[in-house]
Order: sequence, then C-alpha cells, then structure tokens
Amino acid sequence: MKPNFQHSSPIYLQLSDRIQRQILRGELKPGEKLPSVREMAMFSQVNPNTVQRTYNELERMGIVETRRGQGTFITEDAARLNALRDDLRQRQIATFVEAMEEMGFHSQEILTGLETYLNKHKGSDQD
Amino acid sequence: MIRFEGVSKRYLTRTALDAVDLELHPYQVIGVVGENGSGKSTMLKLITGLARPTSGQVHVDGEPVTRRIASKVAYLSELETFYPFHTVEETVQFHASQFPDFDRARAREIMAFMGLDPDAKVKNLSKGNRGRVKLMVTLARNAPYILMDEPLSGLDPMVRDSIIKGLISFVDLEKQTVVITTHEVNEIEPLLDTVVAIRQGHLLKVEDVDTLRGETGLSLAEWMTQTYAGNES
Repeated sequence: MKPNFQHSSPIYLQLSDRIQRQILRGELKPGEKLPSVREMAMFSQVNPNTVQRTYNELERMGIVETRRGQGTFITEDAARLNALRDDLRQRQIATFVEAMEEMGFHSQEILTGLETYLNKHKGSDQD
Repeated sequence: MIRFEGVSKRYLTRTALDAVDLELHPYQVIGVVGENGSGKSTMLKLITGLARPTSGQVHVDGEPVTRRIASKVAYLSELETFYPFHTVEETVQFHASQFPDFDRARAREIMAFMGLDPDAKVKNLSKGNRGRVKLMVTLARNAPYILMDEPLSGLDPMVRDSIIKGLISFVDLEKQTVVITTHEVNEIEPLLDTVVAIRQGHLLKVEDVDTLRGETGLSLAEWMTQTYAGNES
C-alpha cells in the first residue's frame, strides 16, 4: 500500500503529522524505534532526504530522539506526549471552527450542532 | 556540483537551450520538468558529454565536461541501448566491462528485486522489463551522478512503481546525486528534493519542492499547469 499525499502542503510536514497521529492512536508507543530513514522512504515512497527532514523536525519538536548508531526513537517523556495530544486537538478544533465561522455559524450553533452530531454518532455506535 | 555557465545549445537553426545559468547541489534528487521539446534531454546530454554546448560551459565537480565524464556520470538513455542478442546476465557483464565502478553484486541484488530472469534474452523481454534492465545497469554503478532521461515513459503503473521503489532502495543519497527528467510529475514529485523547470530552452525556476508546495499551496503538477499556461499569451 502506498500512502498518498495531499497536494497543498510540504510532504515532510504531512509525514510528520502522520507519525504524530500514529503516536496519539497508540500505534507507536513511547520508547519505540521508528523505521530507519530508508525503510520509511521505501514504505512511503518518498525521497530519503524528505524522511530525514521529517525526523529532524520531530526531533526539534521533542517528540523523537536520535540515539547515535541506534536510530530514532519516540520520546518517553510523558509530559511532552500529553502536550502533543493537546496541541493536535487544539489545532483540529481551530480548523473546524474557522470553517464553520466562514459559513456564518455562531458559537452557540456550532456547539449545539456538535452535541447533536456526537449524540447521534454515539447512538449509531451502539447499534 | 553540476554547473551551467551561460550555456546555449543550438541544433542547426533550432535553439534547445538558451543562456542557461544553473547550479545543482549534490546528494539530492533533482527533477527536470518541462514540455516536450523544452530542452530537458539536451540538458542531461550536456552533463554526460554526449552533446557539447554551442556556447558556455558545463562543469561537473569543477571539471569541464568531456565525453570522459562518463566515469563519474551514469546515464540512463531515453532510447534502448542494449544488444538484443545479449541475455540479461550478458548485459550485466558487458556493462561491467565498460565501467570500472560497476558493482556486479548490486546488479544481482537489483535483478532479484525487480524479478528479472538473468537468462532471458533482451530482445524477448517486455517493454516493462527492458525498462527495469535499464534501471538495473544504471543503478549498479557506484557513480557519483546518476542521470535518467524519462525512466518511466511508456511503462505501465506496476512497472513505474517498481522503478520508483528500486530508485529509493538502491540510490545512496549520502554519496550520489540523481537528475531525472520526466513527464510523470505526479509520480515523481514525492521523490524530488529540487525541481528545475524549463520552457522552450529557458530556465523558469529552480526550487526546493517542499518550499514550492509550502509557498504556493500547489502540487508540482498544478504549479506547472498554472505557470506554463500563464506564460503562453
């Protein structure tokens, strides 16, 4: 399977987002080793330089650490990972609210709409 | 580093490249894009010494390009350049005899990776498998520069996929630089560090691909459609 990339933003950032989501979902555990640059390049079908850029970016953010000669590992710093969870949630909410406001919805409408949706969603989950 | 200084190339009356100044930094994958006849293949031939500039100079690692640059530059031609009576294995032997940096072990590895039969005669191979053989003999060289002229052209999606995978697996970007011309911009884009866009022999843009995406919010193909259409008039 070949993961596709969206057109509009840099590939190294999309790859970085993808890894962050995998961490939140628990598919990548704290302390776990990430695939080598070449393996990740093969899997995602991107240039190894791009993967290196992604790993550097994640390292700069404190989400991964590179151990010399061993590879790149997810951080075991729980506080950092919690902060990441908050960041991503905040970011997603901001995108959603921006889009809703663009269509002219007010805070209260957004809130009730969201509540109704979530309730219905929960209901359908239980079926 | 590959450097073009005021390079023009004319074929009789037709100008293929016009006063191109360009510096390409090593250890990356560089895509040369443009329409048919825009000068992409000419640009590669000038780097391999297969064509000589009408004016200006081309340097590879500070050395003016002559045909002897072939010791540093591996070139995958758009054309078929094999002896049809050779088997795949004999094609490997032949290339090994021509280039001291040819790595037979790597050739075998790529052959296995691509699922090529060493005993098959080249003339009996499908077009897709001939494309794979071309890639194999090009990537089996430990040359600092790998140039590929339309490696995906005319091949089906499965073959294109295996060629792209082969490229990622067998190029060592810590030691090698790849320059690739292509029409298949969408497929190649995730592989590129830098794009060189040319139009009717003129250099339009040299840019980091992720920077281009970040600044314009467009994929390379979208950017090209816009830019090339916009320049018409």
